[in-house]
Amino acid sequence: MSARDLNLWYGDTQALYDINLDMYNREVTALIGPSGCGKSTFLRCLNRMNDLIPQVRMKGQVSLEGEDIYDSSVDVVQLRTFVGMVFQKPNPFPKSIYENIAYAPRLHGTGTSRSELDDLVESSLKRAGLWNEVADRLDTAGTELSGGQQQRLCIARAIAVNPEVILMDEPASALDPLATATVEELIHELKDNYTIVIVTHNLQQAARVAGYTAFFHMGKVIEFNDTDTLFTNPAEQRTEDYITGRFG
Amino acid sequence: MGIGLTTLLLIAALTPLGFLAYRLGRGKALATVASGVRMHSRPQQYGWYSVVWMGIPALGIAIAAALLSLLGVIAPARELVLIVSIAVGLLGFAYGLKAIRPEVRARNALDNVVRYLLLSAALISIITTVSIVLSILFESMRFFREVSVWEFVTGTVWSPGDTFLEAAGRGDEVGEGTSFFGTVPLFAGTFMVTAIAMATALPIGLLSAIFMSEYATPRQRGIAKPILEILAGIPTVVYGFFAAVTVTPIIVDIASFFGLDASYSNILSPGIVMGIMIIPFISSLSDDVINSIPQSLREGAYALGTTHSETIKQVILPASLPGVISAFLLGVSRALGETMIVVMAAGVRPNLTWNPLEDMTTVTVSIVYSLTGDLAFDSPMTLSAFALGLVLFTVTLLLNLVSTYLVRRFKQKYD
Amino acid sequence: MERRLTGSANNAMIRKRYRREARFKAYTITALFVAFGIIAAFFTDIIGQGHSAFWRTEVQVTLDYNERAERIGRFALAEDMREIVSRGAVRSIPLEIRNNPELAGIQREIWAPAYSRIDQYRKGNEALSPELAAQVEQLEREGRIRTTFNWAFFTSGDSKLPELAGIFSAAVGSLMVLAVTLAFAFPIGVMAAIYLEEFAPDNKLTQAIEVNINNLAAVPSIIFGLLGLAVFINTFGVPRSSALVGGLTLGLMTLPIIIISTRAALRSVPDPIRLGGFAMGCSRWQVVRDHVMPLSLPGILTGTIIGLAQAMGETAPLIIVGMIAYIPEAPSSIFESATVLPAQVFTWASEPRKAFVEKTGAGIMVLLAILLTLNATAVLLRRKFERRW
Repeated sequence: MSARDLNLWYGDTQALYDINLDMYNREVTALIGPSGCGKSTFLRCLNRMNDLIPQVRMKGQVSLEGEDIYDSSVDVVQLRTFVGMVFQKPNPFPKSIYENIAYAPRLHGTGTSRSELDDLVESSLKRAGLWNEVADRLDTAGTELSGGQQQRLCIARAIAVNPEVILMDEPASALDPLATATVEELIHELKDNYTIVIVTHNLQQAARVAGYTAFFHMGKVIEFNDTDTLFTNPAEQRTEDYITGRFG
Repeated sequence: MGIGLTTLLLIAALTPLGFLAYRLGRGKALATVASGVRMHSRPQQYGWYSVVWMGIPALGIAIAAALLSLLGVIAPARELVLIVSIAVGLLGFAYGLKAIRPEVRARNALDNVVRYLLLSAALISIITTVSIVLSILFESMRFFREVSVWEFVTGTVWSPGDTFLEAAGRGDEVGEGTSFFGTVPLFAGTFMVTAIAMATALPIGLLSAIFMSEYATPRQRGIAKPILEILAGIPTVVYGFFAAVTVTPIIVDIASFFGLDASYSNILSPGIVMGIMIIPFISSLSDDVINSIPQSLREGAYALGTTHSETIKQVILPASLPGVISAFLLGVSRALGETMIVVMAAGVRPNLTWNPLEDMTTVTVSIVYSLTGDLAFDSPMTLSAFALGLVLFTVTLLLNLVSTYLVRRFKQKYD
Repeated sequence: MERRLTGSANNAMIRKRYRREARFKAYTITALFVAFGIIAAFFTDIIGQGHSAFWRTEVQVTLDYNERAERIGRFALAEDMREIVSRGAVRSIPLEIRNNPELAGIQREIWAPAYSRIDQYRKGNEALSPELAAQVEQLEREGRIRTTFNWAFFTSGDSKLPELAGIFSAAVGSLMVLAVTLAFAFPIGVMAAIYLEEFAPDNKLTQAIEVNINNLAAVPSIIFGLLGLAVFINTFGVPRSSALVGGLTLGLMTLPIIIISTRAALRSVPDPIRLGGFAMGCSRWQVVRDHVMPLSLPGILTGTIIGLAQAMGETAPLIIVGMIAYIPEAPSSIFESATVLPAQVFTWASEPRKAFVEKTGAGIMVLLAILLTLNATAVLLRRKFERRW
């Protein structure tokens, strides 16, 4: 996935300036930067979540496998089956665990028979590392799980649609350290099959999970490089200041 | 001497006394301050302090006497009460004035008085509920002394009119057991009209709420919401007129077009109009509930590639279900207790039927008709109104309790 | 390059889902427009029924104060006019002559209100016998029949003669009832709300009061009528049908509305304002009186207006306490029998005579105009003083 000359305004305030960024296939790309730097806004551009906010105006190009996702002929619903998303606060639907996962596949027609859906639910939960914990209570409400389990349920839900890209907006910030570790491990495993873009406040987390990292500041990409280089040998003074904790 | 006159005289006597107490109390405090002594509170506060000492005991005596005579414990002569309470007022006046000293904390005392005054105002609401319960319960018990509860609950014939003859001392002219107090047909009518009303109000109200909270632009919403709320401000008597004069003839015409025979006091017409009345309740309550569903839940659904209506149907409505049910129950409670529409447009003949084109009568209609005649207050017919009121009160109270419980649970979940 | 994102163009399943989307949205819009349509039909209907009552037919007649008219007023009219002119117009002639004997024997030309059947005939609502119709035609040609604005509708009370019936006594009754309601519910409601919001400790009693108030707001209004009948009339001996008993009954009904809205208004005043007051050494009551109350006053007034508007449109509990009496003269005190606007509407609506239908419609128009004005005032008040903290 890549963004070219992306500019974005909330009403009259510009939030993103000329963003150019490539997110490589089957890699984890982390977006870091101080609060309000535009990293979440950018993430939401990648599956057109910003369409839901009426005052937002956008210019530039975002493409998935060479197709411009903002092209007028693009179907947003279809796009989001290719680019899934996991949010900061776990937001399971007020349905059973099974229904949380089976809902979207049934809608998209990718799973129709009961046995197909059963398989899909099981494999998604397994890939999200949640199967062992919930296999015997698939019909309890998703909202009754613990925070970390809820977040993994949301990841399983996203996987069940079989997307190519998974966007994660600070997926571990509402979780305790143990649950965070589980989720991070999961991200590591998912990397083999999915392109992952993750926004995080936690620099260690970026260093642990991401192959590439982009540093955002005041709505601009200051620096983009493989994670090791960016953290150990940043090219920009501001990146270094941020990483060493001088601001942000 | 009437109770009104006594009250008037008491007020006429205490008002100037209070005025005087304020002037003298404040005067004494001012004089003390002028002589160079520091007082705890401000002079006006000492003025009010003496007003309190004058007024509270006097009013207390009067109110206590009124309550005692109401409860029938003792019934002191009103003149006596008047004289005693004014005397007590004078005593309090004298004591209060004497009590004003620099170290007296008039302000704190006043704060406490205000506090208890406000508390007693808040207690009026409890007193209201208690007196509703007691008064209907008491009259209902008198009713059930004459009519068995079993007949009341299971009887299928309601014809209280015959007891009129009994009340007029001509009971022997009618045969044994000709007055019937079986409420089944009344509740059947109430149930029917409520069902029709909710079948009208729920789809229109809920779908309008969905449009306003999910599809409408803020501008459209700003226009649509107040227009719908006009419906909530229309008096029920107007709806009754609309039902009787306009809707009923239309229904009769439509029915005869299809070869059906509809009564001119059919239950369908008041049912539909009652539904119209309930639309704004359903729509504004559902609108609130849908709006309080967190945006994250919507985004979660969109991120899976759902369309707007799929998000609404599969995620938002299930999540807001407790709130919508609660709105529904409140609507039902409205419909059960609604009076004017059915009085004006429904029938008075108790009728047990499933056909909404026939005339049926309801609980509220029976209450009104048994209380608007010139009957003696303790005739079984009059008392039956209270028994029906008791049932109505209990049912609506239960509905309301369930509904508030659901809303509270819903709010806890999403706040 | 494979185009995968333009799914709707080539994927039958997605096309179907979008059709479902459009259909669902159409349902919601339809529901809203059904509601709007009902509102429009409702107002058109009421205005259609009622507007003609604001006009009335008058006939120019010669009154002859002859001897027979000293006993029965109708004899002051020429014989052929007795079916044309309202009986009410000549009813008082004997009294006039008694009070003013000089009138005896003279003749006078006046414009008198027409008999309701003539009025209804000219409005196209009712048929007349051919002879009467011809006579009306004749009067039209002579210019001795006219349509004027029906001021009497606003200045006279109820009457058994539809051409003379008006809303004045009901309006006076409504004002008295509302005055009693306001005098009872406003102070107690505001005080109770201040207690609950500013003073009450969080204990069982407070919770009981709160639950109680919320439930009271949902009790059907007819139950309040039963309460008024059992407590105010039978126990306290307040006169039946009086504005006092009606006002008190509605007062109890309005109380929870005022309490709930006042609490909301008080709650919207932010705590720093209270803390500021305490820091200057004010007592709790002084803080409430001097700082919180003035800021929440618009909200309190808004709630009170809405509560009063609701009380004004209420009929059922008033019927139970007897306020559907026939009241031709406006009551002069709150202890006398009175009726209110909605009850007057109810009385007219149950009249079988067709001439009363337009009266009912017109009464409703007046009632709705007042209520909509009250509610609009409340909305404007809220908008004007709405403050974002």
